[in-house]
Amino acid sequence: MKLLRLLAAALSVATVATAKEFSPAIVYDFGGKFDRSFNQSASEGAERFKRDTGIAFREFEITNAAQREQVMAQLAKRGSDIIVAVGFTQASAVERVARQFPNVKFTIIDAVVDLPNVQSINFREQESSYLCGMAAALASKSGKIGFVGGMDIPLIRKFALGYVEGARHVRPDIEVFENMTGTTPAAWGDPTKGAELARSQFGRGADVVFHAAGATGIGVMQAAMDEGKLSIGCDSNQDYLHPGSVLTSAVKRVDVAVYKAFSDARAGTWKAGQLVLGLAEDGVDYSYDEHNRGILTPAIKARLDAAKADIIAGRIKVPEYRAP
Amino acid sequence: MTEPGRLPKWVDYGLLPALNLLAALLLAGGIIRLMGESPVAALKLLADGAGGSPESIGYTLYYATNFIFTGLAVAVAYHAGLFNIGAEGQAYIGGLGTGLVCLAVGHWPFWIVLPLAILAGAAGGAAWAFVPAWLQARRGSHIVITTIMFNFIASALMTYLLVNVLIRPGQQSPETREFAAASFMPVLPFFGAPLNLAFVVALGVAALVWIFIWRTRWGYAWRVAGANPSAAVYAGIHPDRVTLGAMLLSGALAGLLGLNELMGAQHRILLDFPGGAGFVGIAVALMGRNHPVGIVASAILFGALVQGGSQLSFDMPRVNRDMVVVIQGLVILFCGALEHMFRAPLVAWYRRRLEQSNPQSAIRNPQS
Amino acid sequence: MNSAPASSPALELRGIDKRFGTVHANRRISLTIARGSIHGLIGENGAGKSTLMNIVYGFYPADAGEILVGGRRVDVGSPQDAIAAGIDMVHQHFMLVENFTVLENIVLGAEGGWQLAAGLARARARLEALARDYGLEVPLDAVVSTLPVGLQQRVEILKALHRGAEILILDEPTAVLTPQEADQLFRLLGRLRDQGKTVILVTHKLREIMAVTDRVTVMRQGSIVAEVATRDTSPRDLAEKMVGRAVLLRVEKGPARPGEVVLAARGLEVRDRRQVARLKNVSFQLRAGEIVGIAGVAGNGQSELLAALAGTLAPSRGEIELAGHELVRERLDARARRALGLAHVPEDRLHDGMIGGFAAEDNAILGYHDRAAYNRGALQDRRAITADCERKMTGYDVRPPRPRLPLASFSGGNQQKLVLAREIEAAPRVLLVGQPTRGVDIGAIEFIHRRLVALRDAGCAVLVVSVELDEILGLADRILVMAGGEVIGEVPRAEATEERLGLMMAGVRGEGAA
Repeated sequence: MKLLRLLAAALSVATVATAKEFSPAIVYDFGGKFDRSFNQSASEGAERFKRDTGIAFREFEITNAAQREQVMAQLAKRGSDIIVAVGFTQASAVERVARQFPNVKFTIIDAVVDLPNVQSINFREQESSYLCGMAAALASKSGKIGFVGGMDIPLIRKFALGYVEGARHVRPDIEVFENMTGTTPAAWGDPTKGAELARSQFGRGADVVFHAAGATGIGVMQAAMDEGKLSIGCDSNQDYLHPGSVLTSAVKRVDVAVYKAFSDARAGTWKAGQLVLGLAEDGVDYSYDEHNRGILTPAIKARLDAAKADIIAGRIKVPEYRAP
Repeated sequence: MTEPGRLPKWVDYGLLPALNLLAALLLAGGIIRLMGESPVAALKLLADGAGGSPESIGYTLYYATNFIFTGLAVAVAYHAGLFNIGAEGQAYIGGLGTGLVCLAVGHWPFWIVLPLAILAGAAGGAAWAFVPAWLQARRGSHIVITTIMFNFIASALMTYLLVNVLIRPGQQSPETREFAAASFMPVLPFFGAPLNLAFVVALGVAALVWIFIWRTRWGYAWRVAGANPSAAVYAGIHPDRVTLGAMLLSGALAGLLGLNELMGAQHRILLDFPGGAGFVGIAVALMGRNHPVGIVASAILFGALVQGGSQLSFDMPRVNRDMVVVIQGLVILFCGALEHMFRAPLVAWYRRRLEQSNPQSAIRNPQS
Repeated sequence: MNSAPASSPALELRGIDKRFGTVHANRRISLTIARGSIHGLIGENGAGKSTLMNIVYGFYPADAGEILVGGRRVDVGSPQDAIAAGIDMVHQHFMLVENFTVLENIVLGAEGGWQLAAGLARARARLEALARDYGLEVPLDAVVSTLPVGLQQRVEILKALHRGAEILILDEPTAVLTPQEADQLFRLLGRLRDQGKTVILVTHKLREIMAVTDRVTVMRQGSIVAEVATRDTSPRDLAEKMVGRAVLLRVEKGPARPGEVVLAARGLEVRDRRQVARLKNVSFQLRAGEIVGIAGVAGNGQSELLAALAGTLAPSRGEIELAGHELVRERLDARARRALGLAHVPEDRLHDGMIGGFAAEDNAILGYHDRAAYNRGALQDRRAITADCERKMTGYDVRPPRPRLPLASFSGGNQQKLVLAREIEAAPRVLLVGQPTRGVDIGAIEFIHRRLVALRDAGCAVLVVSVELDEILGLADRILVMAGGEVIGEVPRAEATEERLGLMMAGVRGEGAA
């Protein structure tokens, strides 16, 4: 057995020695890299980095809690220079593995880990949600709008709060229906239930619905399309999914964050510490392209751009949800 | 009397499972071939990943520990004639008990914390199993339905608690603060994996379950009630009480999962930490023929599949995590559902062999 | 139907061989059954007669051998093939849809076209003709569940004739009938034979064989050991051939010396889930040192009576007194009653009295498993349990004497002997025995009867419930007859005859009724 361990050690040294080339890695969360939302956005950033530089990256999709730590440790051992962990659930794993491998760089998205070799990137989702809430209120004819969250966790409440505040900013009397899809991680991947929730909100009179529910949101947007209502996408720019039905998307540039982490690490400009990306840093935004040009009228767009400038300038303070 | 022919133990418990496993791997290999990867290389990665180094063995056994607890839980209920689908929820609530002990008194000496944590875990799991058991015993609500429902309720309750009550202040992730280091389950040396003392506890619990089920009058009464409820009434055994007792023990066993997962590895309570082990436990009990030795063996097999599978998808990205689930599903299908597929031919083969060597032995005890 | 010459036999079996695992159920059976005859097939449980008939009816494939119908070889791969070849079978448990009418049941599976009404009308005309020809009157529009058992059996027979059966197999047809109903069945079988049909009667009752068959085949251990014309044989001769040695058909016992009353039932009433009274106002006393027999057609409240006495079914009214306790009021369960000396050999051994998958030794402690003798502290004393079972197996001649063998691999007789050993060796004050010899071979019957008499002579009160009149007449010192959930009368053994009991079982109150 001792011999075996020695052999293994020798092998790992050998791989490190030969791996002169820059080697980045990314670990996705439960949703998986094809969730058309948060993880997929991260994956797009990594893919773009590969296209631009020709450098391959390792990737892994988590299936159980213990795997996070195991996989990160393994990536570190096999000579990854930087490991990007996507999603707040990975925080504790990053914390422990980063301590074990002080020479490996870690970037965690959506959480804070305070260590000298960890970069924590967070987004001010409330700011883009605020703009989307405004857009919803401005586009609504019934004076009623909806919100469908994935799992009831602080991050999603952050989205919800910004949305409601933005809507109230333009129409103080607006009625907002809020629903969470579920209480298990399955809530991120249940389009059927998403569609049901959206339909029930439409039934109560809503005519615009915003989702922050990962793949569940696909169903929300489909239901809006089917019933001739409007929906608002989340994380990625989802306007293209149903042109003419998706009012806009609360874009969270996870792809930019991943791309930047990879390229900074390669260039040697990567820095540990906290990074909070909001409207000002182009980390979040609302989307405007050829797919929603027809419904996001110039009048609405003008109001949104004005508010955006106000937020950046600090004239509008968007409240942030604080976990208890 | 079409009772299947009897086979010697080495065939029943050795050759037959091996053949089933082989068939599952062959089919999985075929699929991997279709995906354009080499099945041989994949199998090698799987085997290496599961048992090729002390670390991978450690991870395999670490995963197996969860499955031993839930497999035993399912088996105990099964012996009493109950199908407990709720091990997942019971493990979740049991873990809450274990976690709360560690949060509250985790700084006390470990040898005081450990028994408390075991008791709290067992109590949590048992409490969660009690309601469905009571509903079945007194109101006739079917336990399969109610235990499934209770998985959802457990999940909703835990999400509520973690998001609103137990969350570490000022952070995003719905998890508690870390337990005091004194309450960490000692990690077994040499492996370099989260394999910890809970594995030893699981083996001990498996032995105790064996003694209880096969060597005490209560286990006997449960088995009678499970095998033949009307014979139980005839013998003065009350099926209602058996239902309650067996479900309490079943839930308690599932509730010990937190010892491994929380005290042993995560060191905090976090969302969805049972991670499906409660459901894998059903397959483990099925494959292990509801016998503690079989359960430990099949739990290790499933641990190896999880660990080997994660290595496989790590090194062979085209075989993604969904493919690994397919491979695990095939093993369950062949070893569980199609368990008897190779049985009839084997019985025939064995009988022929027996008759060739001893023509008289086959002719005894005629039945109509 | 059959164009074969009338001289060829109705059914011929050549070298039929069948094994189940290591059990050789049929060994090269060759058998010829003449057209227009009633052929008896007799043998102990496990002799292979049911297997043989199931092969003929297409339930199992034979490992070897061939079947000829009317001189022509047929391949019987399924019951459908058998029916097409003119072979039909009336099972011990009827294969009827209870909430369909008689007509619907008969047409089931042979509706002929997609229009049900037309098929029914055609069938009705045909059935009326059949009923005339054979004197088989059955109310075609009655719902099956409302008919008495004897009529349900006629429905089965009519169904077979409707499907064109030339060869009719009846498997233990009289188990559920009163003696009078059985006689009616035999008269019907006689008419069928006279019309050219062939009947195979599978039974273990010698009386029936002697009463109706033309020829009889005796099977033992998978082989045919004798085939004779019925008029050339006798019950004793057949019994010896079945068992392979001389047997006593009568129970030898001295007169009873009844002592004090040990168990008294007063006004017992049991209702089923639909609140129908299955047991009505039953009162009687059991004295030490006597065997009381309860006669009756199956399903007339005997099972409920036994269950209420044993504590597995709660009576809705009435009281049971035993050893100074009021069992109903005190809510004593089966275990508590055992502690008071009430032992019970249940009617349905497989269903209630044992667990087939458990080892014999685990079955030998069922109901007594928490006694001190079998436990040492929290743990079971496995050595004591095994030794105890070995002792019982030796004492009651249970074969093979292997305590670790699953009980299901023992024959019915040996299972029953073990159950009996368990209950008798607990030294009870009162022993309840339901169907002591059901599914038990003749050799074991003799043994079981001797044991029950010995227990009586030792001062135990024994209550025997049996649907076999011969058994009640042979064992009991006093006979209670049940019909429709009531005890319809009590007859001292000396005054009991089969005819008198038979009338009472049919519900006619006898002169001696209490």
